[in-house]
Amino acid sequence: MTDKHILVIFPHPDDEAFGVSGTILSHTDAGTPVTYICLTLGEMGRNMGRPVMANRESLPDIRLKELKEACSLLGIEDLRRFGMRDKTVEFTDRDALSERLSDVISEVNPTTIITFYPGYAVHPDHDATGAAVVDAVRKLPDENRPGIHAIAFADGSEEALGEPDVVRDVREYRERKLQVIEAHASQTAGLMEQVRSRMEEHDETIEYMLQTERFWTYPVED
Amino acid sequence: MKTIDPSQVQEKLNELSGETVYVHLETTNGAYANHNDKAFFSAGAFIRNAQLRYIHGKIAGSGPYRVGLETEIGWLYAEGLTDWEIDEEDRVLMAGHDESGRLAVALELSQKPFRK
Repeated sequence: MTDKHILVIFPHPDDEAFGVSGTILSHTDAGTPVTYICLTLGEMGRNMGRPVMANRESLPDIRLKELKEACSLLGIEDLRRFGMRDKTVEFTDRDALSERLSDVISEVNPTTIITFYPGYAVHPDHDATGAAVVDAVRKLPDENRPGIHAIAFADGSEEALGEPDVVRDVREYRERKLQVIEAHASQTAGLMEQVRSRMEEHDETIEYMLQTERFWTYPVED
Repeated sequence: MKTIDPSQVQEKLNELSGETVYVHLETTNGAYANHNDKAFFSAGAFIRNAQLRYIHGKIAGSGPYRVGLETEIGWLYAEGLTDWEIDEEDRVLMAGHDESGRLAVALELSQKPFRK
């Protein structure tokens, strides 16, 4: 199936950078519109820049600027922010959240949704976001359901879910992907130092991460 | 933020004593602590916009610092504070950063509610 519209749903600015930005670039380069719902502004992030450039109260504004810059680098023209607070997604009303997601899904009518795999995405906000997306898609009649390409990175994901069935070679987007990660400087400056030095050592894990993006198609009908 | 000057912090704590303040109090070791190290016991807490009035506030230690606030019916306490500032909204923002600059603890006092 040819993708007509991609909907990306993540809780934090920078979630779209690591395992997904090559895939997003492949869509926007091909002229496929991408809508990105970002639930929070990562208000509770522990990284404050290197050297420290933010405080707890200024961090959201800084991260909003970074998010907009990342979207611009990714060719995302439709950014929706849900105004939730970082670290609270699992505690909010799950039905109300899935209802809001349903509204956007109905509006943009995506062929594919990219989000986290509930239960296998480490951060409680990631798991809660994925779960709310699955709820929202399950409410749709079978023939209207977009596919869900889910990211899992908890230890034991492969053992539990099998190998990912969508594996995309994103080698050609390598440098642009690094730029997207770097756009989230308040969060990634320390990480980027490590990535750069490991790249110089030709570290295979880092190379694989920069060249390959992996998704599991979520079994909505189960 | 700048390195805590305990006498300046004490002065500000004295000023706010007896006033109604909104408090943001937080400790965190990051959402990935246990993912990165299975042996690590991850714990943290935060409360935002708790309203209280303290009768006595004090900064203690030689850096990182501790701040304790005594109210009529209880206490508030934070340890590991290294940096602070009074921001443009006249809020007292205190935080403890580890050697990499990551936030481990925050204690903030404001006379107006913080943004939710």
